[in-house]
Amino acid sequence: MKYWRVPLDSNEVQVSRGKVHIIEERCKGCGYCIEYCPREVLEFSKAYNAKGYHPPVVRSEDCLNCHYCELLCPEFAIFSVEAIGEGV
Amino acid sequence: MKNKSKPDVPHPLEDLVRMDRIPHIWCSGCGTGSVFASCLTAIKQTGIDYRRFTMVSGIGCSGRGAGYINIDSFHTTHGRAIPFASGIKMANPDLNVIVFSGDGDLCAIGGNHFIHAARRNMDLTVVCINNFTYGMTGGQVAATTPFGAKSATTSAGNPESPFNLPLLAYAAGATYVARWTMLHSRDLADAIKESILRKGFSFIEVLSPCPINYGRRNKEKALDALRKYQKNTIVKNGANPAEADIDFDKGVILGKFIDIDKATCDESYRKMYRPQETADKQLKTG
Repeated sequence: MKYWRVPLDSNEVQVSRGKVHIIEERCKGCGYCIEYCPREVLEFSKAYNAKGYHPPVVRSEDCLNCHYCELLCPEFAIFSVEAIGEGV
Repeated sequence: MKNKSKPDVPHPLEDLVRMDRIPHIWCSGCGTGSVFASCLTAIKQTGIDYRRFTMVSGIGCSGRGAGYINIDSFHTTHGRAIPFASGIKMANPDLNVIVFSGDGDLCAIGGNHFIHAARRNMDLTVVCINNFTYGMTGGQVAATTPFGAKSATTSAGNPESPFNLPLLAYAAGATYVARWTMLHSRDLADAIKESILRKGFSFIEVLSPCPINYGRRNKEKALDALRKYQKNTIVKNGANPAEADIDFDKGVILGKFIDIDKATCDESYRKMYRPQETADKQLKTG
């Protein structure tokens, strides 16, 4: 993350990080997670899954582990787990 | 495609879902699955033992919910989810009974059961998924289809006015009335959790897209519907349910409308007809 001025307590603050897991064969390609990820971490993949849909792929490492994709996904096909956080 | 990306940790809601029945029948872009996930999250967040829950569903797309949840559940006859749930609650008042069904099942075919359960203040949590149509049978006009909207049976537009479900629930005597959309997943999960933990008839209307049988005829893709839920809605807790009619041009009001404390049906019944049982219970709990 870029700041115009580094916060004074930047050494103490831990930013939570998440790792996104996608269960591709369950995906029906509705695109909810891609459209509504607050950090725009996901995008449609070029490849197809067995059902013929394009499942999402992770395109950047910006996930903050907010779990919104997990709540929004109608197929139980995406979730995030906590990754080791780093300083600002 | 190979299972190359299959994670070693399971999905956090998998313990509450009958995984042998997944993939479910809900179409791509249907919001029912999202509402179901919010409901499971709410059940999880309460921290109550899963054996103390029962889910009851009627017929319809959302009525499949009872078949997919991995706790005791009933898939009942059309429109009769609330009578079954009332029976369960009266027989075993310690259970947390959740009714998970659609607008057609709860408020059209089961409309009378709905108003009378609200009148009696049965201790139920009713999650009503409103997709504005009869999705499973092919998109016929429903009691909640907006004025002018096209459906399989109203090809030139719906000439009737739709139900205002929060007003109906409030007028019938519901003690908790809320409305969210499937996009407001966290608020929805919090509302379901709150209504599980409280006493009395709780009604939560959830707006959800049906891209195949409603959206297709009204030029509204699933993501267009979600954008509408994001942009044309106003969160206004404590709003008057009479103002909560669904008109996306004017803005749809979301939030918790009503929260009243009132004795429930099984409490009053037991107090009047099983006074000894009530006295024993009071002694036990102090």
